[in-house]
Amino acid sequence: MNVRDQSLHKKQTLSFYGETVPSRLLLGTAGYPSPAILAEAAKASGASVVTVSLRREAAGGKVGERFLEIIKSLGVRVLPNTAGCRTARDAITTAEMARELFGTNWVKLEVIANDDTLQPDVFGLVEAARTLAADGFKIFPYTTEDLSVAERLQQAGCEVIMPWAAPIGSGRGLANVAALKSLRAYFPDVKLVIDAGIGAPSHAALAMELGYDAVLLNTAVSKAADPVGMAEAFAKAIEAGRLGFEAGLMPPRDMAVPSTPVAGTPFFDIE
Amino acid sequence: MLNAMPKIELIVNGRKSETGAQTLAGLLDEHELSNAKVATALNGHFIPEGKRATTRINVGDSVEIVSARQGG
Repeated sequence: MNVRDQSLHKKQTLSFYGETVPSRLLLGTAGYPSPAILAEAAKASGASVVTVSLRREAAGGKVGERFLEIIKSLGVRVLPNTAGCRTARDAITTAEMARELFGTNWVKLEVIANDDTLQPDVFGLVEAARTLAADGFKIFPYTTEDLSVAERLQQAGCEVIMPWAAPIGSGRGLANVAALKSLRAYFPDVKLVIDAGIGAPSHAALAMELGYDAVLLNTAVSKAADPVGMAEAFAKAIEAGRLGFEAGLMPPRDMAVPSTPVAGTPFFDIE
Repeated sequence: MLNAMPKIELIVNGRKSETGAQTLAGLLDEHELSNAKVATALNGHFIPEGKRATTRINVGDSVEIVSARQGG
């Protein structure tokens, strides 16, 4: 085990901004076949934090209220996002509206640079993070795996950083494992959450084995043939990955090493 | 009506709209959203619930009225 990483391997309860979070799976609430399946999947996942958003209201406000009722029934903490915002200004205003509407100063900060890749605009992200942190927000920034951007987000006041695994909704898994490892090693005390691009439970398990604190995902569960079953699969994968990380993975080797003792092998003489 | 206020044109949630309201609270009332769980912004700036009644709206303003939705 790497000496620098030892503190990371301790069994520890996860907390964000001083708030204990029982589950290392953060679940998105979008794109489920029905509200009932969303509720069942959320329960099966064991998630104690779910992401939500704001959208333009019509129809006398009933759409939003019906969704709020579902979320309240889950008894979970909400993490409002600024999904779709393309400028720091839009993201800041959206965060302010979300704080009032959801009654939380937590915000999943997204500033999107490109419609095709949904890549974060890291410049706008840092700018928005500075303003929001000064206004008392607890920020969960959706960013890339870039280390220098993460450093600026931390300097802006982010105690949690959420690098993507791959583009949102792509399901490709951890596209740049080496960079994600570097990020983990460089920020042993920052809460790191893999956000976006997870497609399979094994992707989430790998993120946890790398020492990431949690995983945030949505589409892999909501678009599964059986979202409730997939939510449970992710819960178990994340738990297994975390247990593996805490137990300390063996270092990989370039050559084979026999697991059965060599000494005493019949018909084998060392000369 | 003799006392009716002249209507003004503005943008509500991205669409051209006409209103006789003079304040953000009045606009929400017109849209039957006075008691709804919504948040508001005027010309890109957040307007807290407590300031809607004193926030005047003018020709060409852009108003956002949002509520809770599913999100990733």
